[in-house]
Formats: sequence, structure tokens, C-alpha cells
Amino acid sequence: MPDPTPKKGAILKKLFFSTLYLSAFTFGGGYVIITLLKDKFVDDLHWIEENEMLDLVAIAQSSPGPIAVNGAILVGYKLCGVPGVLVSVLGAILPPLLLLSVISLGYQAFCSNPYVAALLRGMRAGVGAVIASVVVDMGGKIVKGRDLLSILLMIACFVLNYFFHINVVLLILGTAAFGLVRTWYHMRKEAKP
Amino acid sequence: MIYWELFLSFLQIGTFSFGGGYAAMPLIQEQAVTLHAWLTAGEFSDLVTIAEMTPGPIAINAATFVGMRMAGPLGAVTATLGCVLPSCLLVTLLAALYTRYRSLPLLQGTLQSLRPAVVSMIAAAGLGILLSAFFVDGVFSLAAENMDLRAVLYFAAALYLLRRRRWNPILVMVLCGAAEVLVTVLLPLFP
Repeated sequence: MPDPTPKKGAILKKLFFSTLYLSAFTFGGGYVIITLLKDKFVDDLHWIEENEMLDLVAIAQSSPGPIAVNGAILVGYKLCGVPGVLVSVLGAILPPLLLLSVISLGYQAFCSNPYVAALLRGMRAGVGAVIASVVVDMGGKIVKGRDLLSILLMIACFVLNYFFHINVVLLILGTAAFGLVRTWYHMRKEAKP
Repeated sequence: MIYWELFLSFLQIGTFSFGGGYAAMPLIQEQAVTLHAWLTAGEFSDLVTIAEMTPGPIAINAATFVGMRMAGPLGAVTATLGCVLPSCLLVTLLAALYTRYRSLPLLQGTLQSLRPAVVSMIAAAGLGILLSAFFVDGVFSLAAENMDLRAVLYFAAALYLLRRRRWNPILVMVLCGAAEVLVTVLLPLFP
């Protein structure tokens, strides 16, 4: 539960600067900003619950458009409605917009600079560690939940995605359909005496 | 009019790119290289390199890059807005529906099955990044010449700082990058 509830203006300000700051450092794709959003809003500020964050990630992944932007929209809406969406989208697109505008003027120098390359090479290992740490946290909770089906689902999705390169949207839709049937079946069984 | 064309092209890219950056790549190529000849094939491959080297979603990077080169700052803004507009409309709608109906038992159950799948997809993405950091060509192998041992070291140090010391993830990421820059500067001094 988000307690004590901050003022709307304070939330909007926090949203803007968080998405701006996180977006400026999301090298390596949408999953990095997702893990950073989780770190900020779930673990640090406690404004969103972890399970809810996972739901938001699922929606962000299965919608069209960049995952980072979708994630920012969902977090923004969850915390502050439509104004939250506008503020967090602005925060998420400003860093790449400004940076690429500058780089497009003289990108040869940027691309061939050995120090830029070294910075990125080193950061990739750091990004890997950030994601690994979040996966250990979230995966650990699912394993501790001792629900065999959830654990199997997690392994199966990983194998299908990583080794067989099955499209993420298809996997999410498939898992959702599976979950729907499973829940419906349980509900019907419980309804009977 | 170039602004309108940029807006429409990137609107289409934003609408039809499901599943993150690499899925958007062929769409961007089709719009910017094949249909409109805004970029040559060579410039497109430069764009891919730049997009990988800079923060932010690939589609946004592409929109800014193409817009800026074709029509200056206003072009960059128009193309970027076109790119995010579909997400803003659709995802906001989905967020509203989620907020409204998430407590329904049927949706609760469905979402509960989705959570492990989401974790495994984050894991797969992370593993891909790690392999590209650890191995020269991004493929697992135990041959020493194919392995970047410094990257493994940074990874271990980063994991320690994140988990045991609870350091800020962005600080840890930047420190890893700074360490590699330092090594690149110092290495030629010790032949």
C-alpha cells in the first residue's frame, strides 16, 4: 500500500524526473528500464506492488510500441492517471530525443571513439548484473511460492523464448489463454458442490 | 509535406512494432530506406549501431535520427511524436481497463499465470545481454581467447554491490563503464 500518499504535484514531479533519469541510462533495450522502474517504484518508493508491476510488464510487452515507453505509460497511469501518462512519456522520450539530435549531426566521430566504445562495453556487464539481480529476486519468489505449475510455466517460457526464439507476444497471449482456461476450470469446479 | 510524411511513417512503425526494439527494425528499414529513401542502406546500418550505443528505445532513436536529418529539430519532434502516439492511446486504454477490472477473479487468475512467463522473458533478455558482454561473438564457449574476463569481473563486482551492499543500480552500471574506460586509458601505458 502506498503510504503516506504524497500530493499529486509531488507524484508528477517524481514521475517526470524518475522516467527522465531512468531513460537516460537504459542501454540495452526495454527490459533494462523495466527492471529500473521496478527498482524505483516497487522497492524504493513502495508506490506499486511487485505483482502489479509484473502485470504492467506483461501489458507493456504485449502492446505495440517501445517497451520502455509502454512501461512508462503504465506506471504513469497507475500513479496519476492521464496527467501521469503525459509526464512519464515526456520524461521517457526526452533523453533519446535530445541525445540523438546532437549525435545525428556528427555521428562518425561518436561511433569510432574508443572511449565511448569502452564505456558501453563495461556498462553491458553492469546491465547484465542489474537484470540478473532482479530476476533472482522475482524468480526466487515464484520458486518459494511452491506452485509447481507456475515454476513449470516459468521454465517452459524461458526455453521457448531463449532457445526456440518464439515471439514474446505469442508467448504472452498463449500463457494468458492457458491461465484463463485454468482459472475458469477451477472456478467451475468450486461452484459445484 | 515532409513533416506529415515523417509523422505518418513513424505512426505506422509505432503501431505495428510488437515485442520491442528488434521487432521494430525491419519496419523502420521498410519506411525509411525502401519506401521513402530517407536513408541509404549504409546510413541505416549506422543508425542501428548508434541506436545500440545510446540509451532509449531503438524506434525513438530512429525517429529522432531520421527526422533530424530530413527536417531538422522540428522533424525530429514530429517523427518521435508519431512513434509514441499509438502507444499513448492504446496502452493508456489498457491501463484503464486493467485498473478497472484487475480484481475480477477470472482476470486475477489469468494474470497470475502470466507472472512467471514475464519473469522468464526478462531472464532471457538479461542472459542475451550477458553473453554479448562475456563472449567476443556473443556465443557461449569456454575458449579463453573468446572470453572477456574483465567483463566477467565487472559482472561479479556489480552483482556483489547490488545484492550485498544494495547500491543504486544506475550507479553500479556507470561504474562498470567507467572501469572499462579507465582500463582502456591505462592499458597502453603498461606494455
